[in-house]
Amino acid sequence: MTEAAVRLADIGGCAAVAPLLSARGLRFSAGGQTLIRDLDLHFSNHGISVVMGPNGAGKSVLLRLLHGVLKADAGEVHYAGRVLDEETRRREQAMVFQRPVLLRRSVEANINYVLKLHGKADAGRCQALLEQVGLAAKLRQPARALSGGEQQRLAFARALAAEPRLLFLDEPTANLDPNASAMLEDLMLGAAADGIKLICVSHDAGQARRLATEVVFIHRGEVLAQQSADAFFDRPADPRIEDYLSGRLVL
Amino acid sequence: MQDFGSAFTLAFQLVLNADADLIEIILLSLKVSLTAVLLSALIGLPLGALLATARFPGRQFCLLLVNALMGLPPVVVGLMVYLMLSNAGPLGWLRLLYSPAAMIIAQTILITPIIAALTAQVISDYEREYRELFRSMGLGLRQRILTLLFDARYSLMTVSLAGFGRAVAEVGAVMIVGGNIDHLTRVMTTSIALETSKGDLALALALGVVLMSLALLVNALVMTTRLTAKRMAHD
Ligand SMILES: Nc1ncnc2c1ncn2[C@@H]1O[C@H](COP(=O)(O)OP(=O)(O)OP(=O)(O)O)[C@@H](O)[C@H]1O
Ligand SMILES: [Mg+2]
Repeated sequence: MTEAAVRLADIGGCAAVAPLLSARGLRFSAGGQTLIRDLDLHFSNHGISVVMGPNGAGKSVLLRLLHGVLKADAGEVHYAGRVLDEETRRREQAMVFQRPVLLRRSVEANINYVLKLHGKADAGRCQALLEQVGLAAKLRQPARALSGGEQQRLAFARALAAEPRLLFLDEPTANLDPNASAMLEDLMLGAAADGIKLICVSHDAGQARRLATEVVFIHRGEVLAQQSADAFFDRPADPRIEDYLSGRLVL
Repeated sequence: MQDFGSAFTLAFQLVLNADADLIEIILLSLKVSLTAVLLSALIGLPLGALLATARFPGRQFCLLLVNALMGLPPVVVGLMVYLMLSNAGPLGWLRLLYSPAAMIIAQTILITPIIAALTAQVISDYEREYRELFRSMGLGLRQRILTLLFDARYSLMTVSLAGFGRAVAEVGAVMIVGGNIDHLTRVMTTSIALETSKGDLALALALGVVLMSLALLVNALVMTTRLTAKRMAHD
């Protein structure tokens, strides 16, 4: 068995199912530094994969590479068994960036933009999405005048509007108060229950415990661990992870 | 030659009484320059957005060209259009020389590069910010350009106003292709030039005052647009 297959087996019987997303030999350099080095990763087609790792580990770069908005120097990303293309990304994937980029329009128009793109323009749907993230009262406000946390929630709702099969989230709750954070976690669990695959970067071990079916730990552009959540928190694959989680080690 | 004091008094009387000749000249100026800006915006906005958004061989050269054309001297544009439209010219059969249409053509040629170049500058900033979002959404070139044009609408309004300011204030191009014919192609700038050389300072001054007020108004509009954009956090 390949190393990747062993890891998949570790998640619990998913090895037989073809992965939804896989990266092979992914490499990316910028600014004279290798940020992602020969990385292999496979994601099953269900559940929430939480990506953890210290600041600057390359989590955001990795997510961009997996989503295909950043071109790798080497290696390939396969989605549903095929090389990912524009049209498939448009139809099946969405991403909430670490720093959300909102259109210079109203809150409502940001959602409607995506709904229209997918041929699902519908006032009721827009309203429902905004209610889910607690922004229904701000419908007509300019999106960019929202607070940081509100912008993040809007970006999340906008990603849901695309009804993706695979949703990338880069620290979606980083700027959120505990209530909003809990609200978003519920939405993520709901999305996963609806069959959406989530790949989510988080620094919050508590959040990872609550959400993750598996955890991927990245360090200096390499995968130190890809384990089921239980296994990860019980006996992490690398001794450095335990120290990192307990705050004893700054990687 | 009138003395300065009486010229000023007369000028303000002309403005305050809404003198018929004065109004006619102002209206023609506005008609010519607003039409030219409209046409230039129709060409320059999409062109600038395309240059900022699309990646194709020769793009840098096009940007260079558009930027260079920004500095076209109005008299040179006037001369070129004159050569095209004169009886001997390739478009002479249109019989447009010395008509407002010729003036509109000249001003459109003059300010289209300005609008296109400024639009390219504005849009490329927005494009850099939106690039990953657009990729994530899998947008095609057309959708990207339309979205950028809409999202940059406040900045592009000020770009268009700058174009209008340049058009309404230029004299060289409209003088050559319009000919400054009374009741037909006489606009503010050409009238000022003519009346000053004739020594009729009152009408020249009155038009000068109007022209300056117009410049002020344009600047006020630019500022209001900027403030609105800021208030909406759209800047
Ligand atoms: N385009 C780029 N050019 C040069 N360096 C880059 C570029 N993009 C990212 N980096 C560098 O790559 C490293 C990883 O960046 P990345 O944003 O992926 O970190 P991260 O794991 O998401 O960190 P954080 O937890 O702070 O979000 C950083 O040191 C960053 O400076
Ligand atoms: Mg990051």
